[in-house]
Amino acid sequence: MTEETNSKNPEKQSSVETAVLAVAPAPHIRDQSTSTRRMMIDVIIALVPLMIASVVMFRGYAILQLVVCVGSCLIAEIAFTAMRKRKAPIGDCSAIITGIILAMSLPWNLPIYVGVIGSFIAIGLGKVIFGGLGFNIFNPAMVGRAFIMLSFATAMGAPAYVKNIDQHMPWLQDLGALPSQCATGPEAQQLTTKFGDKFNAETGATPMTAAKKLINKEPNGYSTKLLSLFLGNTTGSLGETSALACLLGGLYLLIRKTAAWQIPLGGVIAVAIASGIADLCNGPMAWSFLHELLGGAFLFGVFFIATDPVTTPTTSKGKFIFGLGFGLMMMFIRLFSAYPEGVMFAILLMNAVTPLINRWTVPKPFGGPAVVGK
Amino acid sequence: MVTTDTGNSGKRNFAGGVHPSGHKGLAADSIIEVLPTPATVTIPMSHHIGAPCEALTKPKQELAIGELIGSSKAFISAPIHASVNGVAGMVCSVTLPTGKRVKAVPVKAAENQPDAREVYNDFFKGDYPTSGLEQYVPEAITEAVKSAGITGMGGATFPTFVKFLKNEKKPIDTLLVNGCECEPYLTSDYRLMVEAPLAVLCGALLAARACGARNIVIAIEDNKPLAIDAMRRAAKSTGITIMELPTKYPQGSEKQTILSALGRRVPGGALPLDVGVVVINVGTASTIARAVTRGKPLTHRIVSVTGDGIKHPKNILAPIGASYADLIEHCGGLTDDTARVVSGGPMMGFTVGDLTSPITKGTSGITVLVQQDVEAPPETNCVRCGKCVDACPMNLVPTRIALASRYRQWELTDTYHISSCIECGCCSYVCPANIPLVQLIKTGKALKTKK
Ligand code: SF4
Ligand code: SF4
Repeated sequence: MTEETNSKNPEKQSSVETAVLAVAPAPHIRDQSTSTRRMMIDVIIALVPLMIASVVMFRGYAILQLVVCVGSCLIAEIAFTAMRKRKAPIGDCSAIITGIILAMSLPWNLPIYVGVIGSFIAIGLGKVIFGGLGFNIFNPAMVGRAFIMLSFATAMGAPAYVKNIDQHMPWLQDLGALPSQCATGPEAQQLTTKFGDKFNAETGATPMTAAKKLINKEPNGYSTKLLSLFLGNTTGSLGETSALACLLGGLYLLIRKTAAWQIPLGGVIAVAIASGIADLCNGPMAWSFLHELLGGAFLFGVFFIATDPVTTPTTSKGKFIFGLGFGLMMMFIRLFSAYPEGVMFAILLMNAVTPLINRWTVPKPFGGPAVVGK
Repeated sequence: MVTTDTGNSGKRNFAGGVHPSGHKGLAADSIIEVLPTPATVTIPMSHHIGAPCEALTKPKQELAIGELIGSSKAFISAPIHASVNGVAGMVCSVTLPTGKRVKAVPVKAAENQPDAREVYNDFFKGDYPTSGLEQYVPEAITEAVKSAGITGMGGATFPTFVKFLKNEKKPIDTLLVNGCECEPYLTSDYRLMVEAPLAVLCGALLAARACGARNIVIAIEDNKPLAIDAMRRAAKSTGITIMELPTKYPQGSEKQTILSALGRRVPGGALPLDVGVVVINVGTASTIARAVTRGKPLTHRIVSVTGDGIKHPKNILAPIGASYADLIEHCGGLTDDTARVVSGGPMMGFTVGDLTSPITKGTSGITVLVQQDVEAPPETNCVRCGKCVDACPMNLVPTRIALASRYRQWELTDTYHISSCIECGCCSYVCPANIPLVQLIKTGKALKTKK
């Protein structure tokens, strides 16, 4: 509705009287620093630190998973939109984001075909079936991940993250996941004497599983050192291990105003409240509020998945509620369910209630609603 | 929410809004020039809000500047006067940039026209008193404003005298004079405040007398330090408050200005008078001063001719009915990469398709945009980012209203308060998906009332 075809006429007269001018609706200017494409590119830029961190930690495995997922997502987008007889909106870059986020949420040794299936489900069931970007209810990457998590439980379960990791990635072990470096004080001593240096590989625990065991007061539970959680030299899904990378990317998204600050704020507050209550009930533990924040996929989720505009509320109050709800759900799953990590289910659950949140948070217009039909 | 507080308790700000780059520098420093009288002017018989006027002229009738040429018996209307000396032609029809087709009286200019210097001084200089105004009876001021055909000069062109009529139940305590000029590019109010602060102040004092306001506040955005200075200096010992407001669009929108400056919130569907305020524009104020103290009707107005598509941006005092082409030519014409000629500012103005159409009492500017200004990405689906919600100064959910309008879900448009939209365009300005939100909302409103 805003074409200027007329004004591109090369034979345009310079005389004012005969100038052919475009007619278009107001406003005639727009914020040229923003576009759907630009927002998506921002997200990709913000994901760069995560990708770098994952390649540093998991080397070729990370690269392979990224190539597989991004490639499959793009192919899926082209294939599915062609089936709907539409032109594939590759230009909006959203399929690339879905691919990256999916890859970053997978274990390093996942068979290639599982990643491919996850990507096709993400794009097909997660997005195109709803009518494409903007109409989907659930975060596409999380739909894909949930599907493969349920279908390939062994390949995706907690042990998969650490199986054979000592053979393939000795550097991870050496760097941080050793019990002596994981815990502090007498606990560390105790663990080291108990399990020796090969502790992590033998017990097959990611920081989150270990923490879960700690919370459940099982003997081989322990708390990973904060510095390892912060830098990321520990086990976990490809993109989640480094809190530093997530913070860098997240900060960029907030500065660019591509991600709404209300969501991370709500999320952090919720985690603080929930882990505070847990601490009160369990007594102080080596696994603290900061561990909950930096460990697992919380930061990855709260900055990159929970801020997906399409599947989260539109109003700022709604966004805050979404962040709170996400944090609480995640903590609930971490503390009470059989799963050590709850980011994915928390996101999907909150996506499902987003239309409701939107309805609750219709803002009151300036000066109150006008009397209708005056 | 109605306060009877007469203090200036505004927080100087309102929620929402956007910060488009001002581009005011293009024409800000050019002194108001009087347009050389065009060969003919075509004076529309309807300028926007209110009943159209009947043309009173006969073809070949000789007219002098200020002679009444159109009037209406309807209550909400404003008479129209000849803006040049000349000879009336046959009543014709013209299409205004708003798309409205109206009757108009063409006037062929005679040889003898007042000298430009004289016109300038008559409008802006000389003695505009700011004291001793007790000699003007309120009712007489209102009557003079009415017969001078004064309408809002900020763009809305609502007949000004109506605002001054006394209402027992809703007494007015404050006159708010709007010098925000928050639309990018436009500088006509700015030049007026710099060059003729006394005319503005005199008009404000007269208007306050007419509507019974004890308190006068003139609100100016802080991107106009020279205007604030000039007004402050001139306003000493008048009791008028010159208030600086932060530069943000739409600071000059009535409800937002009242909130920013006075801290009062006009209820939805209500008018400023419901919170004891009358708002007029600085241009209107100076026109009132001239009408009351010099007996001259509204015949000319200041128009900023600006934008990167204009060779020499200027501020022009032009007779009503001069064509867009007359003004643009006086400013050196259009550049080759001109994309759009906009009547008014770029946020709310209408594109001018035909440059021979006449300017009206409400034409505050002509903004000529080049290709680069209007570039936009292709429209995509709404990504529900909420940027439009954050930008909306009326605290609405523009995406919902616009999409409900697009799919004609009228009930949904009401759920989301379509009638509260002031059509400021902030939502479209920020939308990354480049959805023509305000356009859809406007169309929705129009279709709804038709239905
Ligand atoms: S700004 Fe545009 S894309 Fe974002 S929610 Fe509003 S309409 Fe949708
Ligand atoms: S045009 Fe209407 S909906 Fe859009 S920002 Fe302005 S008031 Fe809000």
